[in-house]
Amino acid sequence: MSRHETLDPDQAKIAGGVASDQKHDSAHKHVSGDAVYIDDMPEPAGTLHACLGLSEVAHGTIKGMDLSKVRAAPGVVAVLTADDIPGENDISPTGLHDEPILTDDLVQFFGQPVFAVIAETRDAARRACRLVKIDYAEEPALIDIADAGADARLVTAPLKLERGDSAAAIAAAPHSIKGQMRVGGQDHFYLEGQIAFAMPGEDGDVTVFSSTQHPSEVQHMVAHALGVSSHAVTIEVRRMGGGFGGKETQANLFAVISAIAAKKLNRPVKLRPDRDDDMTATGKRHDFLIDYEVGFDDDGGILGVDFTYAARCGYAADLSGPVTDRALFHCDNAYFYPAARAVSRPLYTNTVSNTAFRGFGGPQGMVGAERIIDEVAFALGKDPLEIRKKNLYGTDDRNVTPYHQTVEDNVAERIIAELEASSGYAARRREIAAFNAKSPVIKRGLALTPVKFGISFTATHFNQAGALVHVYTDGSVHLNHGGTEMGQGLYTKVAQVVAEEFQIDIDQVKITATTTGKVPNTSATAASSGSDLNGMAAQDAARQIKTRLIDFVSEAHDVPKDQVVFLPGRVRIGNREIPFAELIREAYMARVQLSAAGFYKTPKIHWDRDKGEGRPFYYFAYGAACAEVSVDTLTGEYMVERVDILHETGRSLNRAIDIGQIEGGFIQGMGWLTTEELIWDGKGRLRTHAPSTYKIPLASDRPKVFNVALADWAENAEPTVHRSKAVGEPPFMLAMCVLHALSDAVASVADHRVCPRLDAPATPERVLMAVERLRAVGAR
Amino acid sequence: MGARHEIRFLLNGTPVALSDVRPDETLLDYLRLRQRLTGTKEGCAEGDCGACTVLVGRLRHGDLAYESVNACIRFLGSLDGCHVVTVEHLRRADGTLHPVQQAMVDHHGSQCGFCTPGFVMSLYALWMREPQLSERAIEKALQGNLCRCTGYEPIVRAAQAVSDYGDVASDPLATERAAVIAALEAMKDGVRVEIGSGRERLLIPADVDDFAAILEAEPKATIVAGATDVGLWVTKFMREISPVVFIGGLDGLHGIDEQDGIITIGAGVSYTGAFALLEKRIPALGALIDRIGGEQVRNMGTIGGNIANGSPIGDTPPPLIALGATLTLRRGKARRTIPLEDFFIDYGKQDRVPGEFVEAVHVPVPDASSRFAVWKLSKRRDEDITAVLGAFDLRIADGRVEAARIAYGGMAATPKRAKSVEKALVGKPWTEKTVEAALSAYEGDFQPISDMRASADYRMMAAKNLLRRFYVESTGSLANLSRYEAA
Repeated sequence: MSRHETLDPDQAKIAGGVASDQKHDSAHKHVSGDAVYIDDMPEPAGTLHACLGLSEVAHGTIKGMDLSKVRAAPGVVAVLTADDIPGENDISPTGLHDEPILTDDLVQFFGQPVFAVIAETRDAARRACRLVKIDYAEEPALIDIADAGADARLVTAPLKLERGDSAAAIAAAPHSIKGQMRVGGQDHFYLEGQIAFAMPGEDGDVTVFSSTQHPSEVQHMVAHALGVSSHAVTIEVRRMGGGFGGKETQANLFAVISAIAAKKLNRPVKLRPDRDDDMTATGKRHDFLIDYEVGFDDDGGILGVDFTYAARCGYAADLSGPVTDRALFHCDNAYFYPAARAVSRPLYTNTVSNTAFRGFGGPQGMVGAERIIDEVAFALGKDPLEIRKKNLYGTDDRNVTPYHQTVEDNVAERIIAELEASSGYAARRREIAAFNAKSPVIKRGLALTPVKFGISFTATHFNQAGALVHVYTDGSVHLNHGGTEMGQGLYTKVAQVVAEEFQIDIDQVKITATTTGKVPNTSATAASSGSDLNGMAAQDAARQIKTRLIDFVSEAHDVPKDQVVFLPGRVRIGNREIPFAELIREAYMARVQLSAAGFYKTPKIHWDRDKGEGRPFYYFAYGAACAEVSVDTLTGEYMVERVDILHETGRSLNRAIDIGQIEGGFIQGMGWLTTEELIWDGKGRLRTHAPSTYKIPLASDRPKVFNVALADWAENAEPTVHRSKAVGEPPFMLAMCVLHALSDAVASVADHRVCPRLDAPATPERVLMAVERLRAVGAR
Repeated sequence: MGARHEIRFLLNGTPVALSDVRPDETLLDYLRLRQRLTGTKEGCAEGDCGACTVLVGRLRHGDLAYESVNACIRFLGSLDGCHVVTVEHLRRADGTLHPVQQAMVDHHGSQCGFCTPGFVMSLYALWMREPQLSERAIEKALQGNLCRCTGYEPIVRAAQAVSDYGDVASDPLATERAAVIAALEAMKDGVRVEIGSGRERLLIPADVDDFAAILEAEPKATIVAGATDVGLWVTKFMREISPVVFIGGLDGLHGIDEQDGIITIGAGVSYTGAFALLEKRIPALGALIDRIGGEQVRNMGTIGGNIANGSPIGDTPPPLIALGATLTLRRGKARRTIPLEDFFIDYGKQDRVPGEFVEAVHVPVPDASSRFAVWKLSKRRDEDITAVLGAFDLRIADGRVEAARIAYGGMAATPKRAKSVEKALVGKPWTEKTVEAALSAYEGDFQPISDMRASADYRMMAAKNLLRRFYVESTGSLANLSRYEAA
């Protein structure tokens, strides 16, 4: 019996309770094509289609715009410009008023929406869009952060974290190294692109079906843009075809345009951009330039660090503040810095405004930490794993982060030790050295890297959630909550929690689309928080109903409350048992309320940004991964030979779903660090705007051997839902082991005495250039 | 016989006859907008993500084979006489999922689910061909399907288990095969199809002679074979392509055979069809086919199209040039044959006069005295566009280079021979010293550009290093990565 089971083993178990490997609730619909995405919904008669007209300069003013041919094109019903926005022309999610829906005259990036065409068909709208003539007065554009001067403009206030006197610690250290690392951005490449479908209603009302991770924010944006109250706007989303952070704020634009058009024309309006427009006009993961300095002793113990994280934020703040904050929160990864200073530079650039993406700056923060480890290791001629282990956070001391939160739940050491053993690290390290000595062209590399990731929104107020649970008189249950389903299995997990509470089979729990009309004022499904927050809110709702049922039964049957027990499919009342549905019928007849709104807010967390102190994270999630790669030193091509992962998700609610998140997150992270390269040309035009030019991993890029294990001893130290842990983002950063294994292979050409300083993404080109650089240094 | 003014095909279980077909109407739009078959998704509209994968069965010389294709860039007009199978056709009437579908469910092969129907269809095509699936075959069949959620691991596990859920022999496409063949045979009437007029006109020639006649009369017509390039002219650039001539169904362009050591490939033969023979006869080409496009593109795209569109980064011209291939062009009844390398004049300019078309390419099989290799370099190993592609055909006797033909893609405005490099090698002893000395000749042959695929520096360095690789491998050392052990 697994330790997850808490029931009397004599009792039959419910189907689909917690800790079962319940399949995704929509799996059978995914495979058959029955799962309805927004573009699959039947279109009411009169439905119109919108297409965005995008700017073709990176910076400048619009001197004139001739839309006459656009308006005259076949099928065109209307053209919208900034003048047609009834309310506020802004969709800045942080209230900075720096993100127009349609720009008025100032163009700040290549691909900025300038106007929208509404036509009878999508094809007609797209063709008409191209007929515009815009006269621009071009101005100089800042595209690359490497070109930003010391006095460059920031899109939002920077953050500084400081603990101890890092300058003094580095100055006094026996060794110190300074360097710079470049780490690229990443397009989300959700398979279902952005889409919104707006239905006009009575009065000022509008309903928008939006592929969004944040229905409440879309609701607010639509309301502001229309100049109506939030109560007039309903946003619904049953499922997204992938989100990854790309639909946290980026869905706003499409929903707002479709809603404005629908209200103006009193017809349903759908907006589904072509993939190229989607990739050009929506934000991505921030790329960073990381300046670092580290002081360390002869054994590789880090004494002090100093980081500057400069990020390409694009023309507006969007979520760049919290993203760059989270980069700093993860400049330590799993390592203790006796003295640390880290500052962010959220830079304004004439590029699309960058946004949330799985890890939310955390991955970029962590690669800085891992680069420092490499620097120390190569400087001292030691295995980087030795330096990693030496500098891990302690449990009772050496346990305070640069933001002054004490790490209370550290399991990094155990995870690394177990993975080091299970992956056969030491023996393979020797085998690889022997292989490389004999192989002049193909070189192998090995690396084991840890992950420690902070869980909670760093904006404390977002850490709340609501749920709505109805029990109908036949005993079936309707479940709704503020979380959105983007493939991560959130709906399934929350339904498992509710099934577990009522002790009914999961097929008795109807999962329903997320809508602002049922649960209000929700937070984005983001920050890995989905099941932590919504699972607890749904559990609260179910428990409220259960409490009422127990009170009722106890009184009606005259038994003590502690003798009312919910068993699988039935309820024991004293010494008799009745089916759950029968209890519900009785309760209904006795006029017991069978519906409840649940609520949850994360305890313990607080954060003072001005001081750079607090407890922004409720807990940390841990994991580690070990990669072995082969590199062709003539071309820079490489192959991931093997990856071993040990990751902990507390007491898993659903191991199958968690392993799916780990495998998928890892591969996505590997793509970010290897083949996914965003390239803007000198005009600021994104040249990698489609899968033909932007290369996410394929099945044949998977590690040849891929061993993924959950730490079965894990349990959340905090009382989260069934003591589980968040799993959405942390596994993404396990992929750092691939970058470092490549670095290790490159380092072999100079006898591991020179840090390869391999930047990301480590494309074959970057790998080859690093090999050439090291060969040149090694020859000196 | 007069022309027909409608196309006929089978859609799942239903015969369809359509007279209102626009020449640039895609199969995907037809399925989603006209038929409301929304299981087939649009992910990219350029044939790279596979969310729109459907199967197309066509009679070729009396045999029926189903292939996975991208509906987003497949034109509806090209489906005359075909059987189109979409994901909606897989589940049985009683609601039982197809073995591929059930395996995907049980192995947690879907997360967001948007790519899933495409994966199901790609695996279905593979499973019908090879019921016992190797990991290599699965990966190759899935090169044209992107998944952003799962990391593919559970999909591959599902694929390996499909045959536990049912057997191919009892699959509907097997049991109904004879009926489908009969239905498709009945659609064949051997006449030209003409639909529409003016800017919305399409033609399907009755045969190759009819095609030659059409093109002679209408030299500005857009020739569509596999549509892997022209598809994007429509979906991405919204170009007018009328009148369109669909030649994918012409058996006369689908021949492939070998005579006297020369393999002749009809211009309409797909990559899949051509490489089935090419990699048997010229094994070094086997490593290349795995890296051209995804499975759907290999099923659709043709060797003739890859040559005729004149791209500097087409994957087949450099190896064919290195092998000394020739090209037959035809205009009306007149044919001429030229060395393939002479076809490429400059960027966007080929030796093809108005009304002329590529009919066949002739590839000499290298003899035992030759050492031939071709390597493609790209940012992502598979389903990516070439950064640099080098092909080498050297004859080395008694330790000396007797002859050399070296050609590159991605290094110039056209696929191009490295004649200075060849000259630096021929007549010299085949040694590392000779190779190193020849490297300085590259700058005389090539001045590559920087773009989003690679920098000029990388292109030049990697191009030179491919010659080094060729040398190292000729000495018997390992100098290339392979995902699989040699078969």
